[in-house]
Amino acid sequence: MRIALFITCYNDTLFPETGIAVVRVLERLGHTIVFPDAQTCCGQMHYNTGYQAEALPLVRRFVEIFRDHEVVCVPSSSCVAMMREHYAKIAAAAGDAKLQADVEALLPRVYEFTELLVHRLGVEDVGATYPHRVTYHASCHSLRSLHVGDIPLRLLSKVRDISLIPLPSLEQCCGFGGTFAIKNADVSGAMLEEKIKCIQHTNAEVCTACDNSCLMHLQGAMHRQRLEVGTAHIAQILASEHISSPQSSSKRKGKIG
Amino acid sequence: MTPVKECAAPDFPTAALPLLHDIQLRSNVRHATDVIQGKRFRVVSEMPDWQSLRETGQRTREHTLQYLDSYLEQFEERCTAAGGHVHWARDAAEANRIVVQMAQNAMGRAIKIKSMTTEEIGLNRALEAAGIQPIETDLAELIIQLGHDKPSHIVVPALHKNRQQIRELFAYAMGQPHLGDRPEDLTEAARLYLRQQFMHTPVAISGANFLIAETGGVCIVESEGNGRMCLTLPRTLITIAGIDKVIPNFRDLEVLLQLLPRSATGERMNPYNSLWTGVHPGDGPQEFHVVLLDNRRTEILRDPEARETLHCIRCGACQNACPVYRQTGGHAYSSVYAGPIGAILTPQLALMKEGQSLPYASSLCGACYEVCPVKINIPEVLIHLRGRVVNARPKYLRALDLEAIAMRGMQWVFLSKMRLQLAQRLGRVAQIPWIRRSGWIERLPGMLGGWTRTRDLRPLPPQSFREWFQKRSPLPTEVPHE
Repeated sequence: MRIALFITCYNDTLFPETGIAVVRVLERLGHTIVFPDAQTCCGQMHYNTGYQAEALPLVRRFVEIFRDHEVVCVPSSSCVAMMREHYAKIAAAAGDAKLQADVEALLPRVYEFTELLVHRLGVEDVGATYPHRVTYHASCHSLRSLHVGDIPLRLLSKVRDISLIPLPSLEQCCGFGGTFAIKNADVSGAMLEEKIKCIQHTNAEVCTACDNSCLMHLQGAMHRQRLEVGTAHIAQILASEHISSPQSSSKRKGKIG
Repeated sequence: MTPVKECAAPDFPTAALPLLHDIQLRSNVRHATDVIQGKRFRVVSEMPDWQSLRETGQRTREHTLQYLDSYLEQFEERCTAAGGHVHWARDAAEANRIVVQMAQNAMGRAIKIKSMTTEEIGLNRALEAAGIQPIETDLAELIIQLGHDKPSHIVVPALHKNRQQIRELFAYAMGQPHLGDRPEDLTEAARLYLRQQFMHTPVAISGANFLIAETGGVCIVESEGNGRMCLTLPRTLITIAGIDKVIPNFRDLEVLLQLLPRSATGERMNPYNSLWTGVHPGDGPQEFHVVLLDNRRTEILRDPEARETLHCIRCGACQNACPVYRQTGGHAYSSVYAGPIGAILTPQLALMKEGQSLPYASSLCGACYEVCPVKINIPEVLIHLRGRVVNARPKYLRALDLEAIAMRGMQWVFLSKMRLQLAQRLGRVAQIPWIRRSGWIERLPGMLGGWTRTRDLRPLPPQSFREWFQKRSPLPTEVPHE
């Protein structure tokens, strides 16, 4: 299948390793990845911060670029949530019937990465090996907007040699929240602290999630506190085939995977 | 004499800061919200039709607001026919004036049932200014009043206090230095203190959970029975309710009284459910007034995107579920309405002049929407209000506002892949002076400094994903967009 990848602006800029892992996994499963290179951003940051007028051209641009693709893969549940929860409304508010029709036609073909694997491609075992203690953090958007449920855990449980440890208080927000992390830095920090205590409680080497946004926030604080816990997007775990430890957590803090 | 200008409330991040350092308060809030959430979870899980109850509740509230004018007039008519008096108050000042006037013959004091609406309008201050002493009879409100404190939760106003702190307060305020701190010691102290007031105060003031248009009746649910005392013993009863409290029919209580107690206190039913209609000779208060309060609610009704704010039945479930509220408690919101519902209600009640930071006091995690018994999509309303905050800024301020400039700049970058690539390259150079020996960025200037207050930042990697992909397959896979 030809799968169009929407990498998202922050994965493109900050976490290329996630995109590389997505490509590896999907190609290993026999699919062809196309990367429409005019793509930039879904507009979530603008929209959620109150700059709704500024988000509209970005929405148009996304729809324009991906309109004709059979399947679109997005390794970020918050960007997919932005599309599913707001795109139709944005188009309607703009009074643009064509955009609205395009949105409605396109969105059923847009999948978050783990949704794509399990729901569209019907795969749970992607042939990965990852000999580490891993805990899974459910991002709020994957949990409450996309309702991915146990899809990520089903994928992870099929990974060879992995040791999965459940994260206590799984449903609590980690405190990232986009611009919330900056505008309400202290409260965000307090929420983060609570989440890190839960992660430490699992004694995991790696914390994973479907969203690098949460992970960047967790990773940043765990690095600040010099904790021996790394973070890795779920795609990086699912792409991993090596038996040997890819990067030792004690040497490269916060950069496993 | 120059009038004393009332201080504007501090913004949320500022008000939150000292609370984040109050370990005792945070542990009290955590404990209380955990307990209530646990109870709520148990009694909600046993309801196979919970989701359809929520939907019915939502539809009832939606329908009521759509025909609010007729239901309010119907309520007025039926309540008057049953012997009650209905007053209409445009704002807080008008409501206070009406209540003070009616309470004038109260021998200098009035007993009160817990009511967030009277907190909203600052009724106690108005009564005191008129020489009438308001006496709170709800245990939590009594704690707040004796401690000269402010409510921090709409259902459990003294949620931020623990038992030992309450014992200290009672021991001091009631002059009982040897008071114990068992729950029965504290309730017994309150009982003895309050019983005197119930017996000797001729006027009671209450809020309302629901006003029933069909019958002209009022409904209050509570846990302690002190409300029941206020509703039956005094000669005069004055009820103050927001115009959003009306419901069409008595039958609607079937659904709402399943949703409310389970969501609010994790009980299947409240211990005391009071319903009364007008006056009855020789039984209960002989004079009954209802003050219907607008206080900008009709303005909220006018905004179709924010209207669902008024669906709220004040259960407080969103507060208990909110990870932000659970860190700071209610006082950070500088409003009687705290937590997610407060973050959308307060700025709308305050003309958006104040409370502009409140729509941003959320990580948009969606826990509030998930637990709301009438399905208010609070995250959606928060985002809508953020847009109103941004658009309310005068044009010249927007031109100078750093955030607005950054947002427009980012948009300009995102509207061209060339500019995005250029920005990525520039970022890699610009970050060099900020990278520390650890190889990470540990401090950033300006707004971004919020990030590095508790977090490091991994620098931009030498290659973006698109660069990697381009190098991997040199031929463009798609027709360029521009």
